[in-house]
Amino acid sequence: MSTIATDRIEKKIQLRHPRSKVWRALTDAQEFGNWFGAVFTEPFKPGVSVRGKVTHKGYEHMTMDVTIERMEPERLFSWRWHPGAAEPGETFSDEPSTLVIFELQEVPGGTLLTVVESGFDQIPLARRAKAFRENDEGWAMQMKAIEEHLGKSS
Amino acid sequence: MAAKSGAFMGSAPIFAALGDETRLRLVARLCSGGPQSIARLTAGSEVTRQAVTKHLLVLADAGLVRGVRQGRESRWALKPEQLEVARRYLELISERWTERLEALERHLESMPETKARTRKRRRKPA
Repeated sequence: MSTIATDRIEKKIQLRHPRSKVWRALTDAQEFGNWFGAVFTEPFKPGVSVRGKVTHKGYEHMTMDVTIERMEPERLFSWRWHPGAAEPGETFSDEPSTLVIFELQEVPGGTLLTVVESGFDQIPLARRAKAFRENDEGWAMQMKAIEEHLGKSS
Repeated sequence: MAAKSGAFMGSAPIFAALGDETRLRLVARLCSGGPQSIARLTAGSEVTRQAVTKHLLVLADAGLVRGVRQGRESRWALKPEQLEVARRYLELISERWTERLEALERHLESMPETKARTRKRRRKPA
């Protein structure tokens, strides 16, 4: 949370799993969709644009479009996209995209995964503002779910 | 996600201010068209002048816009501290990646370890 730069985000996570397994979870369209929260019907290949149907509860009407850039087995996987899902009929294609790069590094006991997303400075302010709104709605939904849950358990 | 909302406590006024379609549109218009009068901001929309003024005041409260008097007319502009929005935006994206990577970790835990690298596909547990 201490990032000062406004153009990029970098995250690292150490996973207790072999690189081959992490690679599969990232690049197998079905496996990727499983944890990312979208259903893809086409396999990931460099240069290919794929569309996924968002599966997060409450966002099922939205899609995510990803253009795969590089796939260097068990080392690097990158794609471009427009951060945030699209509403039906909404198009981002004329807006700048951000670049997401996953890098895998073998470390004792597993894999160090680094994800960098960059290019945010080019994203129009209005689009960023919309992300806040989506997030706000997301929270409202979460709060409602918690309330319902608490209501049930009391 | 809700448990982590504490990280965004400081953003609450911005979230609230932007959590409205009309205000979002006003920000977009100020963003693309530069400083402008209420009359211009109201033109072509079904929202009344009074309503636009109210929305601008909410945005001003959140520190997103400011009114500048120019002669008899007041013009509204996005504040240069838009950077704040950019910063919060990045925090939001950053938080999403944290959630996604946690989801990836859970996914990996749920997948069986494969011996060597057989190309056999395994069915995912439901």
